[in-house]
Amino acid sequence: MHALVGENGAGKSTLMKILYGMQKPDEGTITVDGEQVSFSSPADAITRGIGMVHQHFMLADNLTVLENVVLGSEKLHGIGAGARRKIKEISDRYGLGVRPDALVEDLGVADRQRVEILKVLFRGARTLILDEPTAVLVPQEVAALFANLRELKSEGLSVIFISHKLGEVLSVADEITVIRRGTTVGTAVPAETTPRQLAEMMVGSELPTPETAESTVTDQPVITVENLTVHASGGASLGPEAEPVGPGSLVEAAGEVKKVLDGVTFTIHAGEVMGIAGVEGNGQTELIDALIGTKNADSGTIAFLGEDITPWPTRKRRESGVGYIPEDRHRQGLLLEAPLWENRILGHVTEAPNAKGFWLNPKGAQDDTRRIVEEYDVRTPGIDVTAASLSGGNQQKLIVGREMSHNPKFLIAAHPTRGVDVGAQAQIWDRIREARREGLAVLLISADLDELIGLSDTLRVIYDGRLVADADPATVTPEELGSAMTGAASGHLEHVEEEAAPEDEAR
Amino acid sequence: MKKFDKERLLLAVAGPVIALVSAILLTSIVLIASGKNPFEPYRLMLEQAGFADVQVLIVNQASLYYIAALAVALGFRMNLFNIGVDGQYRLGAMMTAVVGAHVSLPSFLQVPLLLLVGALTGAMWAGIAGILKVTRGVSEVVATIMLNAIATSLIGYLTLRENFGVLLGDNVTTGVMKESGWVPGIDLGQDVGEIYGLVFLAVALGIGYWIILNRTRFGFDLRATGESETAAAASGVNAKRMVLTAMLISGGVAGISGLPLLLGDAHTYSLSFPAGLGFTAIGIALLGRNNPGGIALAALLWAFLDKTSPALDYASPVAYEKEIATIMQGLIVFAVVISYEAVRQWGLRRQQKLVGAELAAAANNNANKEVAA
Repeated sequence: MHALVGENGAGKSTLMKILYGMQKPDEGTITVDGEQVSFSSPADAITRGIGMVHQHFMLADNLTVLENVVLGSEKLHGIGAGARRKIKEISDRYGLGVRPDALVEDLGVADRQRVEILKVLFRGARTLILDEPTAVLVPQEVAALFANLRELKSEGLSVIFISHKLGEVLSVADEITVIRRGTTVGTAVPAETTPRQLAEMMVGSELPTPETAESTVTDQPVITVENLTVHASGGASLGPEAEPVGPGSLVEAAGEVKKVLDGVTFTIHAGEVMGIAGVEGNGQTELIDALIGTKNADSGTIAFLGEDITPWPTRKRRESGVGYIPEDRHRQGLLLEAPLWENRILGHVTEAPNAKGFWLNPKGAQDDTRRIVEEYDVRTPGIDVTAASLSGGNQQKLIVGREMSHNPKFLIAAHPTRGVDVGAQAQIWDRIREARREGLAVLLISADLDELIGLSDTLRVIYDGRLVADADPATVTPEELGSAMTGAASGHLEHVEEEAAPEDEAR
Repeated sequence: MKKFDKERLLLAVAGPVIALVSAILLTSIVLIASGKNPFEPYRLMLEQAGFADVQVLIVNQASLYYIAALAVALGFRMNLFNIGVDGQYRLGAMMTAVVGAHVSLPSFLQVPLLLLVGALTGAMWAGIAGILKVTRGVSEVVATIMLNAIATSLIGYLTLRENFGVLLGDNVTTGVMKESGWVPGIDLGQDVGEIYGLVFLAVALGIGYWIILNRTRFGFDLRATGESETAAAASGVNAKRMVLTAMLISGGVAGISGLPLLLGDAHTYSLSFPAGLGFTAIGIALLGRNNPGGIALAALLWAFLDKTSPALDYASPVAYEKEIATIMQGLIVFAVVISYEAVRQWGLRRQQKLVGAELAAAANNNANKEVAA
């Protein structure tokens, strides 16, 4: 099992794309089983026994597992009993526990990932490439995934594993390759390396010490949410508790609407970072939408600096000092084909330096973009390149810079460091801490539990649209949070009492 | 930085040039297949364009195309497909003609009034599709196509003689407009003809289009919505209001696209008014990449093909079918769609590569310095 780690934009994804035949190398060779090969498409890679599990799953929700697996490789084992037998066989051999007839839309994230792995194995892969497989999993699921991967390894398969989470890499890999700015900077053997050493190899310099800072929480409430409830807008819920039910029973009960947010109440004070932990799809997106105003609250109120902003449109909220780092930067945070300086205007088109009254001020926006590029170390050759040509981490730095430039009083930070390398991560954290010292209130939503624990002053756990638990970030462990995220624990999480709680049946 | 500007210019020009060249080559193949000289017709058409009277015809025709194409392009910039420009244009022209025939104000009031009538009629007609989309989620494509058909019937009804119809010779028209509403043109002599006065309106609209899109907050919101609806919503754009506003403006511009002809030459609306202008405008907006300068060139090209091809029928010693121009227009639209998408993707990939290369070079420099130190 080989792990590949590196900063964002270091070239990990490009390397994997070349290995999987999605991109052609300009120079150099690839050798599979001692034989030099060249791939012109993923199909070539698959025939050579290389398979890839993408970070974003490529499954059709409304098909069954069986249908998803055979899709595109119907020739191998047919689409009927033969394929089913083969799926069963693979599933049993590697302990994947996949049910061929379940609908994919009924499956949780971890199950979907297993389906993806099975899909690759079904096509006869001997080498698996996993692109950040743990980004979307809770700790218990990560453990289960690693057990599966070890199973694969013991059967003689090879696994290439891309991750940002250095602790995981060290615990699971047999060998680690670190790449930086497109070249290999070294290999490491996990037994002789600490996460810190690895991280330093990645960024090529000494790391700043993250975490721990004196509390800056004041007693001045900035945002107060009371009994916020949002109904699902049609369609079946994909909540992890959803049991595969018979066809035709999409509605929970006659006349009852599924609540995606149910009576959420919290207050964030100036200088406070409130972290929200939860498995994706438990209401985080709706909470963000309701706070920024792209979705209306069905009941409940949101007060900002003592003023009821529930009926305000998005623009008014943003103008009055709500900053927003969206969870999906490509869809919500950027205009990918527009130059950087136009992206700097996005979301703040009515504010200086981007506009003078009715008119746009391109000059002001351009100058300020240069400042952001400089201050936030956005690596780009200039401000006229399109946002799409920057790597994910640099795009994120631009967004953080943009939002911070308008001195927000309340910041919604959704996965602020997702897919961002260690160096940029530390920078973004520092920026948030800095603003917090000056009285910024932050709502932090993240899948990275270490980030949540390290950055938050208070922690809440969201499950099925409700805030079910709270915890003190100073004492709680990722495992304890994980059990609350799957609904197994609730209330105030006390470190000592929760320690022995059995968690394995949580899924 | 200069390098990326040049890149962008190259990319902007590459698409149309590839499209035009391939359309010309394909037309030549059609000519060869039908046993004709594959290049002679182009020479004949270019020769035609050398005559001053043909040039006037081209400019006049292009002004109509230009305004209508701006209306289409405005929708395109925010991912709205206003196929109804044709109906909005015909209805706008007819209502203007009716008002012009029945209201008589001094010229300095009459002309603005007529422009306003045209714009409001077009905006109202497009607004129906806009309201349907915003309140009921009806696709604007379907709604505007149907409104085109309804406009045809409505015009037929309104030009009945018991309504506003007036018989002029053998032609049912809306009656001759009052002279105070006529816009004088630039007279270039007896043999050459007159350039419509409202050609300048077309130019002004083009400039206004650029300023609004590139230099106002509203324009930024509109473009942002077109590039990424989700990002625009998160940035605070009210998508519904935006759809309605864009539809109204697009319809308003479409409503006056027939006026250069109406106020400059025809002075009445009849069934002989050019049909299909709004559909031609879609192709022109595509070819011009929704850019005011590009649309101007595309409109002139289209008008050139229109106005120089009739002479092919009378060419000696060998006559050619004037439909060659139609074939070419069709092929251009085809080639444009394909080549633009190909160039766009190639450009994105290329820029990613360039940015990567520049960053790597910068990194290498730093590394070398570190080593040296």
